[in-house]
Amino acid sequence: MNALARLGRTGLAFFERLGRGHVFLAQMLYGLPSMLLRPRLVVQQIYSVGVLSLLIIAVSGLFVGMVLGLQGYNTLSDFGAAESLGVMVALTLVRELGPVVAALLYGGRAGSALTAEIGLMKATEQLSGMEMMAVDPVRRVIVPRFLAGMIVMPLLAAIFSAIGVYGGYFVGVGLLGVDEGAFWSQMQANVDLHEDILNGVIKSVVFGVVVTWIAVFEGYDCVPTSEGVSRATTRTVVHSALAVLGLDFVLTALMFGDV
Amino acid sequence: MSQDGEQQSLVEIRGLRFVRGTRAIFDGLDIDIARGKVTAIMGPSGTGKTTLLKLIGGQLRPTAGTVTVDGQNVHRLRRGGLYSLRKRMGMLFQSGALLTDLSVYDNVAFPLREHTDLPEVMVRDLVLMKLQAVGLRGARDLMPSELSGGMARRIALARAIALDPMMIMYDEPFTGLDPISKAAIVELIDTLNEALGLTSIVVSHDVQETAAISDYIYVLAEGKVVGQGTPDELRASPSEWVRQFMQGLPDGPVPYHYPATDYAEDLLAGNG
Ligand SMILES: Nc1ncnc2c1ncn2[C@@H]1O[C@H](COP(=O)(O)OP(=O)(O)O)[C@@H](O)[C@H]1O
Ligand SMILES: [Mg+2]
Repeated sequence: MNALARLGRTGLAFFERLGRGHVFLAQMLYGLPSMLLRPRLVVQQIYSVGVLSLLIIAVSGLFVGMVLGLQGYNTLSDFGAAESLGVMVALTLVRELGPVVAALLYGGRAGSALTAEIGLMKATEQLSGMEMMAVDPVRRVIVPRFLAGMIVMPLLAAIFSAIGVYGGYFVGVGLLGVDEGAFWSQMQANVDLHEDILNGVIKSVVFGVVVTWIAVFEGYDCVPTSEGVSRATTRTVVHSALAVLGLDFVLTALMFGDV
Repeated sequence: MSQDGEQQSLVEIRGLRFVRGTRAIFDGLDIDIARGKVTAIMGPSGTGKTTLLKLIGGQLRPTAGTVTVDGQNVHRLRRGGLYSLRKRMGMLFQSGALLTDLSVYDNVAFPLREHTDLPEVMVRDLVLMKLQAVGLRGARDLMPSELSGGMARRIALARAIALDPMMIMYDEPFTGLDPISKAAIVELIDTLNEALGLTSIVVSHDVQETAAISDYIYVLAEGKVVGQGTPDELRASPSEWVRQFMQGLPDGPVPYHYPATDYAEDLLAGNG
């Protein structure tokens, strides 16, 4: 009986939190138009959220592309199709790895920083203080960060994919001797603007919204103590990773799955 | 009655009840804050003094009862009305609550920039005036992390008066300060009240400092007003509890020990 009660209580707490999260999302969306009047706030956040993640995105993109070059070459050359390496690298990156890995890295780097920053602002009563100064902390602090995350995520994914393609090029053409002309021309011929690039961009926009939403909500909703902030930060990383991987499956099934 | 009441008190709290979890933090609280005066709300830590200020500021909703500020029922106001009321009340948080990513100057300018379209030259003049009033004009380029506790609180005070409010609520303004900073804050609260004609609510458990500047004091305990009056009246209060609090004695009606089982039994229980 006790276990049942506990299960019920945990369930209720979970759904209550889920509900609060969605109310919070609605508040943020409602506050979005107000950012038209204060673009500077958003630009500042694009700078801090984006630049924070840029280096890690670039380096990871390079290595992932290089690994793709190696693995792809090994498999493709068995079938005598090594010239298709360019297509394989580009499609893998643009459709999948670009949006997904960039979002995972963004969640770990910028998302956790957002949660910690907002959580600390809450713990030190800065958010409460703003409210008492008749300034809405959701519009002043949260919405600019949310919007910045939405804008930055597709850009980071694009940078990741572009650098990854060069990584694959470097390994495939530079080290393994794939024909340079074939590498690029096959890529150009077979990567479709709508089918591949646009779908990749849609994925990264969705991931940007979800990861940033999780990050700012965890910060805003955290228990305002140092322990609470650290737990919230961990939750941001874990939940955003799960959300990205889960949503990726759903989106892929919808876009490419013919189901 | 309401005519007279509005003239007399800026804040009227009637039958206030506030429950957190299963515990009633306030139960039937009645308080009047007189215009232009310094009113102190005192009580032991954890009685809900900060909670009371948040109820007055409309950050928390009472379970029952009303809070009226300048004739307006705070918890009946819509968001726009509440925000315009808040522009007229300043609150000094215990931690100062300065925005850590802004300099001292930008912190004091923050409410001006958020709520007015004043040109930057005027913002600058106002900021410098407010900083001068708290004696920290020279600290304008520092970041909050570079300030001492007392300085941070004075900067927060400069920010709280930036919009020329009608009322300021001070949450534990003396706690954790060295004697000199403490004296500076006491002095500031007193002069601001006089010079700007502000209504001040000082929440505190520092009896000496608070009694020195208050016109009227409410003493809270266990969710109720247990004593009220001028500082002198309270020192001579018939209530033993109030006298214990005002004189700062460790034992009395408020026991030194947190309720517990019998001491000897408790020690012996470990052997079984
Ligand atoms: N956010 C909160 N959640 C739950 N309980 C709280 C919260 N804030 C304060 N309390 C409880 O409410 C009571 C009153 O707190 P507070 O108003 O901070 O007291 P004071 O300022 O007089 O020291 C305390 O017992 C405290 O534990
Ligand atoms: Mg307090």
